[in-house]
Amino acid sequence: MSDEPIIKFDKVVKRFGDLTVLNELDFEVKKGEKVSIIGPSGSGKSTVLRILMTLEDINGGVVTVGGEPLWHEKAPDGSLVPASETHLRKMRTQLGMVFQQFNLFPHMTVLRNITEAPVQVLGLTKQEAKQRGEELLELVGLADQAQKYPHQLSGGQQQRVGIARALAMRPNILLFDEPTSALDPELVGEVLNVIGKLAEEHDLTMLLVTHEMRFAREVSDRVCFFDQGRIREEGAPEDLFTDPNEERTREFLQAVLDN
Amino acid sequence: MLFGIAWDTSSGWAFAVSILPILLIGMWVTIQATVLGFFIALAVGLVWAALKAAPLKIISWPAAVVTEFLRDTPLLIQLFFLYYVLPEFGITLPAFMTGALALGLQYSAYTSEVYRAGIEAVAKGQHEAARALNLSGGRTFTHIILPQAIPRIVPAMGNYLVSIMKDVPLLSVVTVLEMLNVARIIGDRTFNYLVPLSMVGALYLIMTLVASAGVRLLDNWLPKQGIPLK
Repeated sequence: MSDEPIIKFDKVVKRFGDLTVLNELDFEVKKGEKVSIIGPSGSGKSTVLRILMTLEDINGGVVTVGGEPLWHEKAPDGSLVPASETHLRKMRTQLGMVFQQFNLFPHMTVLRNITEAPVQVLGLTKQEAKQRGEELLELVGLADQAQKYPHQLSGGQQQRVGIARALAMRPNILLFDEPTSALDPELVGEVLNVIGKLAEEHDLTMLLVTHEMRFAREVSDRVCFFDQGRIREEGAPEDLFTDPNEERTREFLQAVLDN
Repeated sequence: MLFGIAWDTSSGWAFAVSILPILLIGMWVTIQATVLGFFIALAVGLVWAALKAAPLKIISWPAAVVTEFLRDTPLLIQLFFLYYVLPEFGITLPAFMTGALALGLQYSAYTSEVYRAGIEAVAKGQHEAARALNLSGGRTFTHIILPQAIPRIVPAMGNYLVSIMKDVPLLSVVTVLEMLNVARIIGDRTFNYLVPLSMVGALYLIMTLVASAGVRLLDNWLPKQGIPLK
């Protein structure tokens, strides 16, 4: 883990109409760090990931990924101007995302879901992409499901394909947007196991928005509690979960852990 | 006699049997006009749909105006316009081509709306996943969005195929010898309209039933692999 932040939010503002979702957010993630983001719904947790994945633009401030501004480009005179699609495409290669609703392509087989972008975007041959896809399916424990279609799999299996699909693009940063929230309770474990294994064995930078408090505690180096578009409190999981400084954090943890 | 085939007016049945080959020649023209018009409607409609979905108003707005115009003026006017006005600008097309083009253009306005609805029904998450994977806009449209939209639009397109078929007789006003026009000529010459017109009705019924069945077969055959259909 180096000290250089790979992700940096500098006074980032995001508004949806009159609603301010991120209110001058300052937020940093170091290379290789595993950070969990917790907080009540509507606190802007998912928005942070969606801004990083370039699915939502920003209304103020600067987001930096790998030392380069994400939503801005440097003009010849050194000033920052809004990013072009070309710049966004280049920046996006560093990031991968796992969605709450999986968002697999329903008309493609599991393997094709994983190989489509590596072939089209990274320029791998079909053979290379297939081999990498099969390795990734092995990693998520679905080697025997390659030729099935998404709707033939359980939710937990679909989400594991979603993880393999994101990994196939070799991102440095992997974003998990409530990856288990759409799953039946008995299927949550298999997905968390895969994420936990990745966190342990890979030097990927991981950002996880989750409601699974016990898992967040086990897997992360740092936990951030979001409230009203800002980080209310952050720290090592054992500190934040056992002895939070803020009353608001305490209330939130009590409310979720009682369930 | 028409198309070199003579008719036999000795009895009703003999008359019917003798004019059937003549009507079938007309029917072949009807089928050709339908198929050509339908393919023009499918191709041009997709272009309209893509233009109307463009983020730039300077592109989407003219496309919206043109399709609105095509939809809200009678086919007959468009047909006359193409047939009588275009030659004044030096563009002269055979009657059959003019007819098929008029049919295709008018229906392209309808099919563009079907495409639009089918494309918009594809979940937002599909666009987001494609973007997160850095797929290009074109690739996303042709390989992610369109394959999921097509099974949704096939039934509606099938209805327009049948509609186009039923509009082909309008082409007779610009001298296309489609089935109804052929039947009318036979009636004019024999003073027997009952038999040819009844036969045209029956042949039309057969054609539309076959077309509908074909669309249903296609609909059943298309892979729908877990694509949520409305």
